[in-house]
Amino acid sequence: MMLAHLPVLEVLVPLAAAPLCALLRRPLLAWGVVMASTTFALGGSLVLLFQVLSNGVISYHIGDWAPPWGIEFRLDAANSFVLVLVSLVGTMCAIYGRKSVEREISPEAQPLFCTLLLLCFAGMLGVTSTGDAFNLFVFLEISSLSTYVLVAMGASRDKRALTAAFTYLLVGTIGATFYVIGLGLVYALTGTLNMADMALRITDIGDSSTLRVGFAFIIIGFGLKLAIFPLHQWLPNAYTYAPSMVSAFLAGTATKVAVYASLRFLYTVFSPNLHFDAQVLQTLFLPLGLAAIFVASGVAIFQSNIKRLLAYSSVAQVGYILVGVSFANITGLTATFLHLFNHAIMKSGLLLAVGCVVYRTGSCSISTFRGLGHRMPWTMAAFVIGGLSMIGIPATVGFISKWYLVLGALERGWWPVAFAMVAGSLLALIYFGRIVEAAYLQPSPEGNKVTEAPLSMLAPLWVLTISCLALGINSEFTVSSARAAANALFFDPHPGLSMQVGP
Amino acid sequence: MVMEYNFILAHYNYWAVMLLMAVGFYVVVSRGNLIKKIVGLNMFQVSVFMLYISIGKVTDGTAPILTGKTEVFSNPLPHVLILTAIVVGVATTAIGLALAVRIHESYGTIEEDEILVIDRTLEQQDARAQ
Repeated sequence: MMLAHLPVLEVLVPLAAAPLCALLRRPLLAWGVVMASTTFALGGSLVLLFQVLSNGVISYHIGDWAPPWGIEFRLDAANSFVLVLVSLVGTMCAIYGRKSVEREISPEAQPLFCTLLLLCFAGMLGVTSTGDAFNLFVFLEISSLSTYVLVAMGASRDKRALTAAFTYLLVGTIGATFYVIGLGLVYALTGTLNMADMALRITDIGDSSTLRVGFAFIIIGFGLKLAIFPLHQWLPNAYTYAPSMVSAFLAGTATKVAVYASLRFLYTVFSPNLHFDAQVLQTLFLPLGLAAIFVASGVAIFQSNIKRLLAYSSVAQVGYILVGVSFANITGLTATFLHLFNHAIMKSGLLLAVGCVVYRTGSCSISTFRGLGHRMPWTMAAFVIGGLSMIGIPATVGFISKWYLVLGALERGWWPVAFAMVAGSLLALIYFGRIVEAAYLQPSPEGNKVTEAPLSMLAPLWVLTISCLALGINSEFTVSSARAAANALFFDPHPGLSMQVGP
Repeated sequence: MVMEYNFILAHYNYWAVMLLMAVGFYVVVSRGNLIKKIVGLNMFQVSVFMLYISIGKVTDGTAPILTGKTEVFSNPLPHVLILTAIVVGVATTAIGLALAVRIHESYGTIEEDEILVIDRTLEQQDARAQ
């Protein structure tokens, strides 16, 4: 009974727990609720992933209204994989959050902070699970609206968080509105909002100018949300001034969910057989992805604020993901899903480590990192492992995803692209090298009494760091899940209704 | 030619949508005042509401209430969707305005160019602290 309703409970539990946090008014109780509901979501998403991998697509009909009329939650290998990723990062950030947020936000505001965090979390899980295109918009806005406020909550430390949140609000709303415009045009053409149904009807209708315009609006709308290279201007400030824990949470989830949503539209709704779809991948995603790798990594080298440096590095990593998508072959798509997952755990890990430094020193500029290698050995060790993984050293997850990206490029015969991606990793070596040099080779300033971060912050940081190493050495789980996800999108975009399970 | 004029006139609502969309987007990008930006954002969103409602209209259609007689109904689904979108729009405006108030409290201005000047001085201070 419970298991049959798991797809909807996954989203409903955090969504219902959110107002509960606001009512409790006590930080400790509110954090308890956050941890309980994120842990539930993590457990649930793992169960769902294994169910999907062994039994195939799960289709859940909300309120028992049959699709295409009712709202459907449709879980295949692709989105159940993203669900695991979002809930894993969410749970680790929730455990980490209590101590970290204590320093950065006043006790009265903490229960409200928890409410927003859960709303954001529920929204992202909703975007990932839903099979209804308009429902996706609603969940997208639930998560985005709470994200704007979460970013603005960094204002108690630095007032620039307010302007960062305002810019994010403008850009995010324009992105979401573009998506609605595009969806309206596709709806006018097909008369349905269910993604699988929409895909079938688009195949019947074929190419038309309405469809092309709708497609363009949808891709640009998601492009703003996922920070495709020239549309990334909102991201560095938002990540820099948000509370540490929010930066880590967003870096691991927000852009990843947007990437997933655009893949869903590229592959499931608009099938790649449509001429313009393949064209977009090669003439738009490939050059923009490569530009992101080089320009954003180049900018990252000159940053002295570590959070901003990591934010630019995120833009560059989105570039790798886009290049992976542009190969339009099964290896490229596998690499995309792998990098989606791997980048999320390493970047969240890195930002959690920076959060530990902020907790102890109150600053995240590169000068505060001087000598920290000896003062905060555990935090900095995790940071170094995360950094090595970003560069793509073997035995870390970063290597696995870069390996598959290069394989995808070679399969297409795109030697220069493979070369460019490896060269991009060298840029990462430069900017991480600077931090490591400061932390281990430079002496700490006189009278520095910084000590190691508390255990409740180190534990989630090290869970991510160890999974970064473990999944880098034995990549069985991620590679097979990513391949199943890629297969689900690539070969079986419209699984027949006969495969339905559920109530 | 006559037919084309008729076509353009008959779709006047879509022209209004396009105009509002362009004006709203232009205001968001070009105005420096944060409140005006939010007004522009609202116009941009309202144009989308009009687009959806235009799509749902069926010529000679009435409200979809079953009376037993054969009638032509307008499509109610876009209306429902737009009710949701209006709620989202109101929430966005509320957060935007709240942020504008907070920005005014801490920066003393809501003009974008003045805020940028303050931000730049703060950045220079950060750099000097290194």
